[in-house]
Parts: sequence; C-alpha cells; structure tokens
Amino acid sequence: MNIARLLATKGDLVVTVRPEQTIREALRLLARHNIGALVVVDDDRLPVGIVSERDVVRAAARDEEVFALAVSAIMTRDVIVGAPHDDLLTVGVTMTDRRIRHLPVVHRGQLVGIVSIGDVVKAERDRYRGEVDTLHIMILGEAT
Amino acid sequence: MSRPGTAERPLRVAIVGAGPAGFYAADELLRQPGLVVEVDMFDRLPTPFGLVRGGVAPDHQKIKAVTAAFDRIAGLPGFRFFGGVELGKHVTVDDLKAHYHQIFYSTGAQTDRRMGIPGEDLERSHPATEFVAWYNGHPDYRDCSFDLSQERVAVVGVGNVAIDVARILCRTPAELEKTDIAEYALEALRASRVREVILLGRRGPAQAAFTTPEIKELGELADADVTACPDEVELDDLSRAALEHGGDRATAKKVEIIQGYARRPFSRKGRRLVLRFLVSPVSLVGNAAGEVIGMRLVRNRLVQTPAGTLQAAPTGDGEDLPVGLVFRSVGYRGVPLSGVPFNDSWGVILNDQGRVLDPDSRQPLPGEYTGGWIKRGPTGVIGTNKPDAVETVVRMVEDVASDVYLRPDRPSRAEAEQLVRDRQPRVVSYADWLRLDAIERERGSAVGRPRVKLTRVEDILAALQR
Repeated sequence: MNIARLLATKGDLVVTVRPEQTIREALRLLARHNIGALVVVDDDRLPVGIVSERDVVRAAARDEEVFALAVSAIMTRDVIVGAPHDDLLTVGVTMTDRRIRHLPVVHRGQLVGIVSIGDVVKAERDRYRGEVDTLHIMILGEAT
Repeated sequence: MSRPGTAERPLRVAIVGAGPAGFYAADELLRQPGLVVEVDMFDRLPTPFGLVRGGVAPDHQKIKAVTAAFDRIAGLPGFRFFGGVELGKHVTVDDLKAHYHQIFYSTGAQTDRRMGIPGEDLERSHPATEFVAWYNGHPDYRDCSFDLSQERVAVVGVGNVAIDVARILCRTPAELEKTDIAEYALEALRASRVREVILLGRRGPAQAAFTTPEIKELGELADADVTACPDEVELDDLSRAALEHGGDRATAKKVEIIQGYARRPFSRKGRRLVLRFLVSPVSLVGNAAGEVIGMRLVRNRLVQTPAGTLQAAPTGDGEDLPVGLVFRSVGYRGVPLSGVPFNDSWGVILNDQGRVLDPDSRQPLPGEYTGGWIKRGPTGVIGTNKPDAVETVVRMVEDVASDVYLRPDRPSRAEAEQLVRDRQPRVVSYADWLRLDAIERERGSAVGRPRVKLTRVEDILAALQR
C-alpha cells in the first residue's frame, strides 16, 4: 500500500500558510480545520516548511509575544516530502524515526496532500484487520 | 417530515456493485441499531460477488468461502439484489436519486494500468486481468483468446494477480480439474504448450507485493519447478538495512523463501516458473505479423526516496528476453461512472473518507457515498473492505442524523422495483442467484468439481427460465 491509496480517501485539501503570515493567523487555520499542522508554502505553492501546534507551544513557552511573530520565525524548515508511490510501511518507519507527525506529498511539482502519523497508523490497523478477517474466513470458513 | 430510518419510513439505500465492498456496506447498514434500512444492491452482471467470483483464482476455493458470509448478509431483512441491471445503461444516477435517500458506489477498479512502453499493444500482449476474467468465466471475457501454443510467457508484475496468472499457467490439468475454472479455459489450458513462465519484478524480493503463503504455494506445484536468479535475490545494502530496521517478519520470511528457490536444484518437472527481480520491460518486440516475440529489459537498482521507500531506478544494463506471450499486471484502475465526480490522479471516485465530493466546492455531495477499490484504489485483501465499509457507513449514519440525505420523490420498495422491471425485465433476484448457485454446484458435483460456472448471460437467464 502506498501514499496514493491513503490520499484517495482524504480528498485533496491541504491547508497551507505563507511564511510571512502571523502565528495568530496560523492558529486560526489550525482551529478552523481542526488539524495539528500547516504546510508552509512559497509562491509556487511548494512546501518550504511545516508549522505545527508543537512549534507554537515551544515558541510560546519562551516568548509572550508569539502571536505576532511570522510563521517563518518558528516553522520547521527541514521538511521531508513524500511522493504518491512511497510505501506506507517505510513512511511510517521514517516518521517514527525522525519524530515527524506530518508529511507533505508532492506529485509532478504540485503539493497534492498531507499524510499524518495518525493516517499511517489507521491504514496499518485497517490492513491488519482485513488480513485477520480474511484468514478467519480461510481457516474457519466464516467471517468474524 | 420525519427523518428516514423508522419502520414507517425506512432509510432507502442503493448499493451499486455487488462485490465484497458492497456486501460489507450492506451488512453494516442493515445492522445499525435503531435505524431501519432497506438496501437494494445493483450489479451489471446477473451474478453477485464481483472479484470473489471473477477475480479470486479458481485454485483458491478457500478464499471463495467468504461468499457464505455474503449469503447471510443477503438474508437480512431489507436486502434485495437487482442483478443484470447496469448503472448508465438501465438506470441513471438521477433515477437512483429519485428513489433512494443514499447511494453507495462500490464498482471496483475495472481496468488495468498500462505499462506505457512501445509494443504494449502488439498481438499476444494482454492485460493480466483479461486472462483472469477469462479463466474465471466472466461473461464479458469468455470469448477472449490467448495463444497458449507459445512456450515462453512473461508476466510483468509481482503482485497477487501476476502470481495467480503464473500459477494457473503452471498448473497441470489434473490440478485444474479440482477447481471451478471455466470449462473452456480448462480445455485451452489442457492443450497449453507453455513450458516457462517468467515473472518480472521491477524492485527486489523484499519489496514484492505478494504475500508469503502465495510465494510458498509456488514451491508446491505438481509439475513446475520454481526458480530465481541468485544474483537478483541477494539483498542490496539498502534493502538489508530496511529489513533489519523496521522490517516485518513476514518480509524476512518471504525473502528467505525466494532465496531458497534460487538455490533449489531442478527436479525435471515439465514446466519452469522463473522469478526475476530488479528488471523492467522498456519495450516489446514484434514480428512482421505484429505479434510479440520478445521484450527488451533494463536492469534496475534500488534508490531511497526522502520518505524512506526503496524504488527502482534503471541502470544502463539491458537484456533481450525472447517470449511469445506477455501478460501485464502493473495495477488496476477505477473507471469513472457517468454523473459521479472522479479523482483522475488516483483513479477513484473523488471522496473524503467515503463521502463523494463536489469537484468544484470540494464539499460532500448529499446522499452519495463510495466504498471498496473505487473509493481507495486497488489495495488490500477481501477483508480490508470491511473496515473500509464501516468508515463510510459511519458517515452515512452521521449524515442522516444531521438531516443530510437525498430527498427522493418515490422512496418506496415497490416503486424502485417497478423502475428496475421497466428498464430491465430480466432482472435477477437473490433467490434466482441461489437457484443458479445450486445449478452450478450440481453441474460441478456430477464431474467431481466444486462448481461448473455458466459463463454466458443468455445461458444464465435460460437456466433461470427467463
């Protein structure tokens, strides 16, 4: 199973923010869409960073004026980008190892989606459930 | 007016496509506590079960046992089957909107992905899915023909379908006689002169999509030796590192079995099944008559993407492989349904966790849902469709509770049946199917086989006295 399969059922809305927008604007977007991270994009709508709720918490812990800062001041710049053909299994390992929770997906030079660690876990769970169910049928001749 | 879902006003759902995804959705809908649901399941074929009947290999009867669960679902109150009724031909999406509160599309991934290389359309080059549909007796493919007088066959791909095709080509008539393979296919395979089947994987053994039981089964064929090229099954550094770090036991086992095949001495069986890795066809070569006589391969090496996946990258090395028959199995793809938004990038209905989306606003279209391969793409085993169906049905139930559903003019069982009978007088019911099922099993038991399928729509209808 690859990332494309996961994006297929997620629609293709990626909530983005510009590096010069303020943290307050970023927080409004997070709240409105009920998500944990925004992809920071340039003029070509290509990812240049990620800003997550955790980044904001870290910044707020040391700076009272955090809301007025630009997104670029606190975003993570070293973004790992996925491709539709990346295997979910290896993506899950990479995300766990690198302690990243969101992976923007770029296809043919365009931002086409974002994969969260929750998406990866859910896909894995559904895969195992499906396999268990199929094995039940084969061994016991019945579905669970 | 009150919300649908009560005994006086049941929630009426049309399911389009009677494969596993459709059945699991029906099950989930009909077992919702506190919600009275009526499901009408449509299929363009007169027979139900989708790929369980037309895709799962005939020598995998144990997997086909899932149909017992589908029979149980079909027995739930509120379930009806309209077989032989095609969306876009007999009924339209607008017809369904006039009769149902919700529509669930589960039409599967009906075409194969192309390789996109020169020579792909030569004679004797076929999509593997056509061969699968043919040996499984699918009415639309029963009249296909494949030149089984060729001695060397290449199957491009190492997924489940590719393995099925290679295995069926290597089975003996005695092995096939025990299955429910279509009679004409059994006859054609009896006369087969195929001696060597070569499976081509573009990545290494650790990345191949097939499962451990499937690869193990290849080593147990009655009259075919399975082998692999030793230099292609040795893991490269990247694969070894990936396997040691974060790889699962199943993958390690799979690699071990394949490496065992590479070392195995030949036992002079009649056929040979060769597993090739790290090669991609770059073109098919034809003769003057436009028939395949070979393929040009390029050797690949593995490279790691930023997200960690090992992918094939061509090296400069090439190879010519003489073969007389080619099956491509590099993936399935969904086919757009007329009047239903499609996501062309992924070959699925445009959806968010099963809710069909408006292509312009990207907001859900009230009352339209999807499940199975046409929702998520061709991935997973039969059972994967269960959590997939649950995900969509949860949203269907939520939406009814939020008063979001279609407002049909004619929301009754009788009116829906009238519509179907007007458009397709020869509609097949589930009771009809159960009769046909008994007839097929009886035909099978007369000759010591699990089933002998009726493969022409006309024959099916005649057997049902239609």
